[in-house]
Amino acid sequence: MATTITKPDTLVGKRIKRKEDPRLITGTATYVDDIQMPGMHHACILRSPHAAARIRSINTHAAAGHPGVVAVFTGADVAGVGPVPCGASLPGLRVPHHSILAKDRVYFVGHPVAVVVARDRYIATDALDLIEVDYDVLPAVADPEKALAPGAPAVHPEWPDNIAFTYHQEGGEPDKAFAEAEVVVKQRITSQRLIPTAMETRGVVAEHRAGQLTIWSSTQIPHLMRTLVAMMLGVPENLLRVVTPEVGGGFGSKLNVYAEEALMGFVAMKIGKPVKWIESRRENYLCTIHGRGHVDYYEIAARKDGTVLGLKLKLIQDLGAYHQLLTPAIPTLSVLMMPGLYRFRNVSADIIGAFTNCVPTDAYRGAGRPEATHGVERMMDLLAVELKADPAEIRLKNFIGADEFPYATATGLSYDSGDYAKPLKKALDIVDYHHLRQEQARAKAAGRLMGVGLSTYGEICAFGPSPATPAGGWESATVKVEPTGKVTVMTGASPHGQGEETTFAQIAADELGVTMDDVTVIHGDTAVVQYGIGTFGSRGTAVGGPALYFAIQELKKKIVKFGAMLLDSDDVSFSGGLCVCNKSGKTVPLAAIAGASYRAMKLPAGEQPGMMATYFWEPPNFAFPFGAHIAVTEIDRDTGQVAIKRYVAVDDCGKIINPLLVDGQVHGGVVQGIGQALYEQAVYDDNGQLLTGELTDYAIPKASMVPWIESSHTETPSPVNPLGVKGVGEAGTIGCSPAVVNSVVDALSHLGVRHIDMPLTPERIWKLISAGGRA
Amino acid sequence: MISQSFEYSAPRTLAEALALLAGGDAKVLAGGMSLIPMMKLRLAAPGRLVDLSRVPGLTGIREQGGALHIGAMTTHYEVESSAVLRAKCPLLAETASAIGDVQVRNMGTIGGSAAHADPAADYPAALLAVEAKVTLARKGGERTLAFSDFLIDTFTTALEPGEILTGVIVPVEPAGAGVSYQKMLQPASGFAIVGVAARVHNGSVRIGVTGLSGKAFRAAAAEKIFAETRDVQKAAAAVPLGVEANSDIHASADYRRHVAAVYAARALNAALSRAS
Repeated sequence: MATTITKPDTLVGKRIKRKEDPRLITGTATYVDDIQMPGMHHACILRSPHAAARIRSINTHAAAGHPGVVAVFTGADVAGVGPVPCGASLPGLRVPHHSILAKDRVYFVGHPVAVVVARDRYIATDALDLIEVDYDVLPAVADPEKALAPGAPAVHPEWPDNIAFTYHQEGGEPDKAFAEAEVVVKQRITSQRLIPTAMETRGVVAEHRAGQLTIWSSTQIPHLMRTLVAMMLGVPENLLRVVTPEVGGGFGSKLNVYAEEALMGFVAMKIGKPVKWIESRRENYLCTIHGRGHVDYYEIAARKDGTVLGLKLKLIQDLGAYHQLLTPAIPTLSVLMMPGLYRFRNVSADIIGAFTNCVPTDAYRGAGRPEATHGVERMMDLLAVELKADPAEIRLKNFIGADEFPYATATGLSYDSGDYAKPLKKALDIVDYHHLRQEQARAKAAGRLMGVGLSTYGEICAFGPSPATPAGGWESATVKVEPTGKVTVMTGASPHGQGEETTFAQIAADELGVTMDDVTVIHGDTAVVQYGIGTFGSRGTAVGGPALYFAIQELKKKIVKFGAMLLDSDDVSFSGGLCVCNKSGKTVPLAAIAGASYRAMKLPAGEQPGMMATYFWEPPNFAFPFGAHIAVTEIDRDTGQVAIKRYVAVDDCGKIINPLLVDGQVHGGVVQGIGQALYEQAVYDDNGQLLTGELTDYAIPKASMVPWIESSHTETPSPVNPLGVKGVGEAGTIGCSPAVVNSVVDALSHLGVRHIDMPLTPERIWKLISAGGRA
Repeated sequence: MISQSFEYSAPRTLAEALALLAGGDAKVLAGGMSLIPMMKLRLAAPGRLVDLSRVPGLTGIREQGGALHIGAMTTHYEVESSAVLRAKCPLLAETASAIGDVQVRNMGTIGGSAAHADPAADYPAALLAVEAKVTLARKGGERTLAFSDFLIDTFTTALEPGEILTGVIVPVEPAGAGVSYQKMLQPASGFAIVGVAARVHNGSVRIGVTGLSGKAFRAAAAEKIFAETRDVQKAAAAVPLGVEANSDIHASADYRRHVAAVYAARALNAALSRAS
């Protein structure tokens, strides 16, 4: 019997709604705070109100005796617990001992001092007020440049210069390039401290039962967290299970191992009952990592014709008081990406990592690349202004050519593929650049302040080759065809909103010839899923996707062997969910093959029963997405308020698996970029008090504050992986802020404005306008 | 972010509410958009909350004797969407529509806002510009005060211990009056950095200002300049003169003064364009 086989349309490349959304939008998903257990207790944490102080004494007597309180622990009680880990290593890095509860000194406002465990959260909160801590308040420093000044208060007394590390990198001959340059432009550029503000704050539940410790945590990295927390607690790793239920956003802030994760494990083991800690928004702002925190001094060297020759950077990184998991590594990413998309053959960078009495900085969406992109894109605009050149032309002139890939950068990277002019030209076409400039000239003549800002960004993602990462950069996948033919995928990446339950189902369904509904994607439970690295650095699909692809290729070999056995043929192929005998045309469907593999009445020679394959994929390189964003702004001359009239994003993230999800990532990323450009800033006062400690003072953009985002794409496949994907999680954020700032500076340039630091608050702009650009 | 423990009462009559309030250490809950966050931050710790939401007669808008009586528990959304107010006191409806966000407007009440006297709240600017009055009930009696006399200072009003603000009374606007509320909002909280309510009729103007200083105020000097000169810019420029302006991380005193003048001009121009 011959069967006509028609190849179904591929699901990859289609706009498919997310499989995970129904449970998320109907409130049936389970987050950490939804977990309830018999006998569960609740923990609240007493935190330092001072940025720097010695602890003379702590009296927990009254709190411990408060009705309903079962335990109070302080730094002395957790002396046996290992420090909060820093995974980054740099030569000469000073690593302060980071105890999970303060011992004799506190280093930032919010520093955990004691934990109260009680029958419910209300009692625990009340009991916090009964703990007496005698503080000897010390001078604090909350600004990285002030911290580096002579005579500044020492954050850690053992290092009075407040320098955690210095780092130098150069490529080519930067000094020669600057000596020979016809034009040199310099600018101090800041990327202010931001608060990641995931919608779900952190939360931890821990239970110790029958010798096994289980920790539920809102984290991006369940397996790494298990390894590190097991080491902190001295618990055998195979007796610690970490479960990541639904995670309501991370943006890098949950790419970490926090004191509270180990602390709840410690508490659960001490009290013998399950314990829950849910972070309040205020704690989230005070104690979860912040992002950015750069003061950058840039110099760009060029010829008069606009050809760039060199770039120099002195980067001062506000580290905060401690190193969290990746804190000192983040600015090194800025250095790697400082050349952007341009042929900078001569670069030099010096980083100074400065301790401050603030919560640590670490990875926040983009993690080092938004800062680098902001720097180089501002410098390209400053160079264009200096040379009276068009900002689009100067970029096109200096782009690495489409025929130059793989391209070895002066910072030691190998850009995988690209055609950088393509998205810029497309974006210029979309806005009708020529006419837009004419419109701008008319607006200017009429006294209106209209600006056009370009940003052409490149980013490094798909982290990454293991030798270049702190903890292994591969990703894992297991694919199983169950006896009934249903497909289960287990990914070591731990997606938390990015949508891999959908994109991975698309990939698996295409490869195995089943429907999306036949595929379930499981993640985020170390007892179920093979070891994995996690989701961050735009790696979920770009590294986890190829791992899945290769696992499926392994499995297909087995499918074909079983198919050949069942068809009694030595010439069999697998396509569209069927094994076909190429001679007779006879077929056997995947479900029958899977069923036979588990029933195992007969096995192909050398094959094991069952239908499962696991693949750990080591990427040979990073992937390097790129794109062009254009922001058209108009400024209210009377108040300095910025209105984004038009926002065009043309992103190239390689092959697109699902355009709907890519749009979602770009939109979300651009919104966070607009947040940095216009609204957001973590403000500490001179005493280290966080003045933006609530959502009533820290302005994240609301729906009414963001423009329509015109998102489109070019598709330049990555040669690094068989799917051709590059990653898109951070692109919007990386491309956005320089487009907005360049646009506003452009609108004000005729007033003499060269540069404005973010956020572009109305007052800051009004002052510039009032001072004729010289404020 | 959990308040200290407190008693909660939901009386069914005003008399019962007044009796509960007379017990001391009690606060009236009238929507809770400010009080509840303050309690959660432990900046306020009343022993008892007296929730007015079930007291009959405290909601709704009725017209009586050339005035509109608005129950204290009338939500911002009800004020914003009221056909009567839109027709007869449009400044109040317009101002209500500028408060916070949808959730806040569905929960927050005009009485709660008036009694809280937040220096950056929107309502006070409009209530001053329309020369509103408030009714205050106490055990065995009631008094009516001009809103301008009611408002004393930052978070401070003429409410005596044991008194409850039960309603707001605003005059029906005469035909030909033009009004506008213009606000620069603080992007995080939605409160006013500066808000200006203007009301013009027959060439005279009333200007209520919020956000600029410790309490909302009538810009009397600016009103006088306008009456004398009909010059919007001159009048607007006088709004911040002599005012001790607020200064915080969102706006310096200088900027607030500047914005007050800009928004006063905008409010005046908009009100004039609507007047006939």
